[in-house]
Amino acid sequence: MMKSIKTWILVGFASLLLVACGQGGGGAGSKKSKTLDNTKKAGFVKCGVSQGLPGFSNADASGNWSGIDVDVCRAVAAAVLGDADKVKYTPLSAAERFTALTSGEIDVLARNTTWTLSRDADIGLTFVGVNFYDGQGFMVRKNSGINSVNDFKDGISACTNTGTTTELNMRDFFNSKNIKYEPIAFEKADEVVQAYDAGRCDTYTTDKSGLAAQRTKLSAPDDHKVLPETISKEPLGPVVRQGDSVWEDIVRWSLNTMIEAEEYGVNSSNASSLKDSDNPAIKRLVGAEGELGAAFGLDNDWSLRIIEQVGNYGESYKKHIADTGILPNRGPNELWTKGGILYVPPAR
Amino acid sequence: MNLKKINIENKKIRDLIPQVLTVLALISVIFYFATNAQINMGNRGISFGFGFLSQEASFDIAFSLIEFDGSYSYGRAFLVGLLNTILVSIIGIFLATILGVIVGVARLSNNYLIAKTAEWYVEIFRNIPLILQIFFWYFAALRALPAPENAINFYDISFLTIKGWYIPKFVWINFDIFCYSLILAFISIYFLNRYAKKQREEYGKILPTFTLSLGILISIPLLSFLLLGVSLSFNYPELKQLSETSYTYEKGVSIIPELIALALALSMYTATFIAENVRAGVIGVGKGQKEAAASIGLNKGQILKLVVMPQALRIIIPPTTNQYLNLTKNSSLAAAIAYPDMVLVFAKTALMQTGRAIEIISITMLTYLSLSISISILMNWYNKKMAIKEK
Repeated sequence: MMKSIKTWILVGFASLLLVACGQGGGGAGSKKSKTLDNTKKAGFVKCGVSQGLPGFSNADASGNWSGIDVDVCRAVAAAVLGDADKVKYTPLSAAERFTALTSGEIDVLARNTTWTLSRDADIGLTFVGVNFYDGQGFMVRKNSGINSVNDFKDGISACTNTGTTTELNMRDFFNSKNIKYEPIAFEKADEVVQAYDAGRCDTYTTDKSGLAAQRTKLSAPDDHKVLPETISKEPLGPVVRQGDSVWEDIVRWSLNTMIEAEEYGVNSSNASSLKDSDNPAIKRLVGAEGELGAAFGLDNDWSLRIIEQVGNYGESYKKHIADTGILPNRGPNELWTKGGILYVPPAR
Repeated sequence: MNLKKINIENKKIRDLIPQVLTVLALISVIFYFATNAQINMGNRGISFGFGFLSQEASFDIAFSLIEFDGSYSYGRAFLVGLLNTILVSIIGIFLATILGVIVGVARLSNNYLIAKTAEWYVEIFRNIPLILQIFFWYFAALRALPAPENAINFYDISFLTIKGWYIPKFVWINFDIFCYSLILAFISIYFLNRYAKKQREEYGKILPTFTLSLGILISIPLLSFLLLGVSLSFNYPELKQLSETSYTYEKGVSIIPELIALALALSMYTATFIAENVRAGVIGVGKGQKEAAASIGLNKGQILKLVVMPQALRIIIPPTTNQYLNLTKNSSLAAAIAYPDMVLVFAKTALMQTGRAIEIISITMLTYLSLSISISILMNWYNKKMAIKEK
């Protein structure tokens, strides 16, 4: 009697298992943009930013976010919702950022994230472009007499952030130079700064823009310098989830619009007056010609709103990076027409 | 199988039905979450699998008990993290126990100053969040330590600096023989104690077991040095200049300040709770027990060892097991100060580099679970040994 009940239960469990596993493979993605619909419904863009990196994404005392990464979020909000302020910012650590994006907690990740093959291809992310060309460097104390990475010796201790490409580049670099080093990787940037400041490490390594920004947090910023060498390519850009190509296009072209606007001299103050410009490229940018917005379900003024409310890339860079003294020189982040490598496909 | 045979009035079946329903509900919930995760991961082009464990980690770890560099696999990195977690837990448990017992006994002292100091210590350290204590020991204590060139020097053998505590490196020859001799010594001590117990219980003879054990522990390994070719020499740390203003030590072994700070914070914090357990245990033994022991002529040491402690331990062990478990789990706060424990190395760095969140978090949770259960089993075994044996 008992035995037959047990058999019966077992059969029940087994069939449940089969049913559950059978469902696993399904779920094809639709062509419509779920993320766009959800964003319109919610009334704000869910954007992941850093926990505080001056110039890129940093909150002031009253909680207002600013920076060139933040401007990408604002551009998307202006394009999609008509108001650049309709953004909900989620500060994320390096370790949390991708999970937050793939799990849907945020819809755009604009957090000085390096575009690499494995991140793009392997973990369900899509990089939509580059809003800052960076490279990893080293900061040392001025009085150390170290003027170049060639002055590093065996036994040097290097502080950095965990969960970033920095850790991998650092190993590649020290390995290639055949230098033994002590890697001290903290979870948060503030602790890296404190430990380096206290003398726990001889050098602090991260992206050069980050070094410039974090240097301002040291107790005596002028006692430290960034070495001239750049040991890696760090193209930083916004990221979206894989599988929603319409949303991906919106974010990509919001960024491209800012860069293209600078190229054609369209900025936040002159944009609306350029509606009857002679240049068709400018007319397309300010929504006076073509039906470009319709391609991803937006109205025709989407790009005009970006330029009016957020500004072009040059304005954004000047306001957040140059005028704050982080990196006054634009270097590679100058337009291709002016000797830099910023080059975006035409909006037509 | 005939379903009509299931008789609802049969008590056994009646009792079984709610249990079966509960299990079914639980399994459906788990399957719902698993399939949901599977579908969502499929939609977003994320694969699931543990193949990454054998891939090259390509990041380095500052402190490791086994050989490791970036050319080893993620699996090996996990092992490094696990060993570091176990190391800091063992050091923490050891220090917390010693400190806890001392403070617990001190709180019962008749000396006003000692008792009050112990009380203040307990009240302060158990009421400050652990993460703040970790930051305190790391950043406040760290800044107080000197740079390597001005190290706190222990007889030119060992140096305490902001970059770590440098100690001599042990260079062994025939280390395996030494290990065997140690094992042999412990086995001999075990049998000696069994023999001594038998002597005491059957003939009332009391052997000086402690002195004898110590003798064995020293003499057998010593013999391995003299007769079996075991030898030990030391590499002392030497100051090395890195640049015009910075120095380090080489050749010795570096105990990184992150480990010191974390072990200190964990043990100082947990010791407060253990101290309270010890106090409770000692108070919990009836006054009559001590008086009775004194009346049959036991001296103070014997009363403590043979009458008070065995009874106090019964009260102390179960809550102290909890504290050991807490300490082990709290060690996961290491990531904040860059001590490369399992969470930092595996659940943060490896997770970031591979993006395999579900796999890595599951492995990490299961590992903590097994660590905790192991400690539990060990402590339950000890508790059973100490429990009253009804005759």
